[in-house]
Amino acid sequence: MTAGAAGNGQVPVSGRLRRALASGRFVVTAEIGPPRGADPAAIAKKADLLRGWVDAANVTDNQSAHVRLSSFAGSLLAMNAGVEPVMQLTCRDRNRIALQSDLISAATLGIPNILLLTGDHPRFGDHPDAKAVFDIDGVQLVWTARTMRDQGRLLSGRRVDPAPHWLIGTVENPFSPPISFRARRLAKKVAAGAEFAQTQFVFDLDIFERFMSDVRDLGIDRTCGVIAGVGPVRSLRALEYISTKVPGIHVPDAMIRRLRGVPADRVADEGMQICVEIIQRLTEISGVAGAHVMAFGYERGIPEILERAGVGRRPDHAAANEGSGRAG
Amino acid sequence: MPTRKHLDRIGAAPERRHAGWPTPVTPSVSAPTLYRLHYLLAPNPVYRRLAAWLERNPTANRLFTAAEERIKGAIFGCRMCGQCALPATGYACPMTCPKQLRNGPCGGVSPTGMCEVNPDVRCVWLVAFERAEAEGRVEDLSLLQRPIDHRQWGRSSWVNYWQGRDEGMWTSADGRRQLPIVHRNDPGKP
Repeated sequence: MTAGAAGNGQVPVSGRLRRALASGRFVVTAEIGPPRGADPAAIAKKADLLRGWVDAANVTDNQSAHVRLSSFAGSLLAMNAGVEPVMQLTCRDRNRIALQSDLISAATLGIPNILLLTGDHPRFGDHPDAKAVFDIDGVQLVWTARTMRDQGRLLSGRRVDPAPHWLIGTVENPFSPPISFRARRLAKKVAAGAEFAQTQFVFDLDIFERFMSDVRDLGIDRTCGVIAGVGPVRSLRALEYISTKVPGIHVPDAMIRRLRGVPADRVADEGMQICVEIIQRLTEISGVAGAHVMAFGYERGIPEILERAGVGRRPDHAAANEGSGRAG
Repeated sequence: MPTRKHLDRIGAAPERRHAGWPTPVTPSVSAPTLYRLHYLLAPNPVYRRLAAWLERNPTANRLFTAAEERIKGAIFGCRMCGQCALPATGYACPMTCPKQLRNGPCGGVSPTGMCEVNPDVRCVWLVAFERAEAEGRVEDLSLLQRPIDHRQWGRSSWVNYWQGRDEGMWTSADGRRQLPIVHRNDPGKP
């Protein structure tokens, strides 16, 4: 794993996530959804639950097209609270001028990681009457960011000086048709400049293993850290919601049977157990760089999930004072 | 007269139209036919002179562009972005994607292959993939497509094609060689 190898020879500012990916140990990321209100403590509260347990946390960009505090402000608040942010940025609400401006802003204020995606359509959000921008697409945004960083140029060709230096991430959904094309689609994003990729929730390990096999065949895992999405399904209502209402999530029948097969008061525990087992399986799949834990508002359960999966606290934190720097 | 089925295909049936954003269209002409027909459009000196003449004659250009719009609208649901990607997308138009993705399907395609935004129609990128795969052209989908030039909306993409303005619209999938993304028509300003 040599995330960040692509570049112009200039040493980039090194974030924790970049170092973790470069070390080859199993990385952990999580998600911080910004609040809808003007509450400066909301991000810090979520960050407190994650500090020490994750290498970085995504700060989402008006997720599901619902208005929230911006990912830019949320990322700054997360940094202040001691959690390294991954600033998400979507093409849904901004044209190429605003996107490049936000990217420069992020670099200027020291946000070390960006995650670039097309974004959900406003149709699913709280403002379905909004104009969907989609001036450029997610792949083009990755390519734009890389050009800004490595060539020091904007889309227009004008210079960006000094050039920014984030770690560039993207997303992929291995479970959405055409499934046999998904690894090649990720390869395209890697060619455009992605250095890590987080995936949609992995519930179906058979499909995911086939995807990873394609990823390895294409050699993508050597330049791009593939971080698998996971999360605990803690109620039958949540199961129903994610399997029918959220586009792109595939829940296999075996898992549905397993969750329905336990008494109502045991569903939450069973969901946690399934999540733990999936993480354990992921640590054994070649080419998987880590897990991205999306906890549906159950952030306080993340340490327990990681502990039980044998992933534990982040080595930099645990070992920093002993100077061992052990890479797990 | 177009049949009802045909109107459905081009997204013209009002009850199936989602005003305000594009609706995926499955082309009404097979991919093998279109790959063959493409040779008829390939630039040559006659076409280049025709294109230059059209650009000097606004009325003729308007008629020509209207004819192009009519033909490509009926077959592909063309929205006249003026910079045609069809030869690299299995002849399914990516501008009919509600997100106007030029570089492949989003992650919201349903298990049955339907568009996440318009669940009653198939994802145009899935259609593109199936058509390209059947013709042995799936590698086309790995080409990196540059952002479009929004000044070209409503103009004839055939004229642009014959005038050589499409060169560099897509590029090799090898990320090391094709950078940077800088717009093809604007040489880098210092």
